Amino acid sequence: MENMENMDKKTLYTTLFKSTFFLSMFTFGGGYVIVPLMEKKFVNELGWIDEDEMLDLIALGQSSPGPIAVNTSILIGYRMAGVVGAMVTVLGTIIPPLVIMTALTYVYIAVRDNVLVNNVLLGMQAGVAAIIVNVVYNMGKRIVVQKKIIPIIVMIAALVAGIIYQVNILWLLLFSGIIGALTTIWKLKYENDKEDDK
Amino acid sequence: MIYFELLLSFFQIGLFSFGGGYAALPLIEQELIHVQGWITNQQFIDILTLSEMTPGPIAINAATFSGNQIAGIMGGVIATVGVSLPSVIIVQLLAYFYFKYKNITMVQGIIQGLRPAVVALIASAGLTIFLTAMFGHSDWPLDLGEINYVSILFFAVAIFLMRKYKASPIHVMVITGVLGGIVYSII
Repeated sequence: MENMENMDKKTLYTTLFKSTFFLSMFTFGGGYVIVPLMEKKFVNELGWIDEDEMLDLIALGQSSPGPIAVNTSILIGYRMAGVVGAMVTVLGTIIPPLVIMTALTYVYIAVRDNVLVNNVLLGMQAGVAAIIVNVVYNMGKRIVVQKKIIPIIVMIAALVAGIIYQVNILWLLLFSGIIGALTTIWKLKYENDKEDDK
Repeated sequence: MIYFELLLSFFQIGLFSFGGGYAALPLIEQELIHVQGWITNQQFIDILTLSEMTPGPIAINAATFSGNQIAGIMGGVIATVGVSLPSVIIVQLLAYFYFKYKNITMVQGIIQGLRPAVVALIASAGLTIFLTAMFGHSDWPLDLGEINYVSILFFAVAIFLMRKYKASPIHVMVITGVLGGIVYSII
């Protein structure tokens, strides 16, 4: 940590950019894969952030809207070099997919009507469906095994409202966010009362 | 002004996708297919397919792809900036308060409340994707005569590989892609 003070700004920005750029460039599978790699890079290899703080940053990244990989990279940049640092790391994270995906879009437009390409994509459609079903199963299971009544009711209600009644997603998020806030207030109050009783 | 509309749509998608990449799917579906009509159901699934096969967050990939399809390279850049902008603002605000108070109980409480709804929303987007893979479209009524049995078989193989052998998404994509290239070319 102490060598941080001596490191000049330019080296700091360059290292932040390079680290996030290469992680984003070569990591397949999105946030849940890239975040542990970020942890390894900044905690173990560079030693810039300690383990406990990194866990807090990851929790923060998951509590914010938007892609988890982008959020975590912003937090690391902000922690190391303030707002400018955050700008550097967010660019490092979004430039690789931006360039790769732009190129791929034009390849896609050029070859989408090719019979073989069409067949491959048709096969992959079943794969994508399986991946999503698997994700939903894993996430749903995590909610159900907690055996708490409110989350299970919210999940079923949101499912019915979303699929059958086509309720706007933003209303569902607002509604469940309010329930989360009320539950937290109630829990904090309950804990306070228990403290008072002692 | 298409660029401004793109920026606004993707800002909204970024702002409300709580819980990582897959949480953006229902928002992308609602905004880009149903509200704006910028992409088709088929393109939505193709975006997801390409996203699973390329590095980077799904929301970013989807933004770049649709932005490019809708308004060229500049469109891709603007959509990508739009989807990342809420993160840049909100994450730093949260970080500021976190470093000041070291306490984000309320924020975490709200996120925990959102989680079950987010699972349900992803399930709903997943249903569209599943039906399109099995029937070729997801509009009711669905005719059982339209079922693609090859697709059901591939789906079952993919689920089996993931549950039994913990196959990663990229492996699933490669395997179902190769199977599709061979089987659909023969029949």
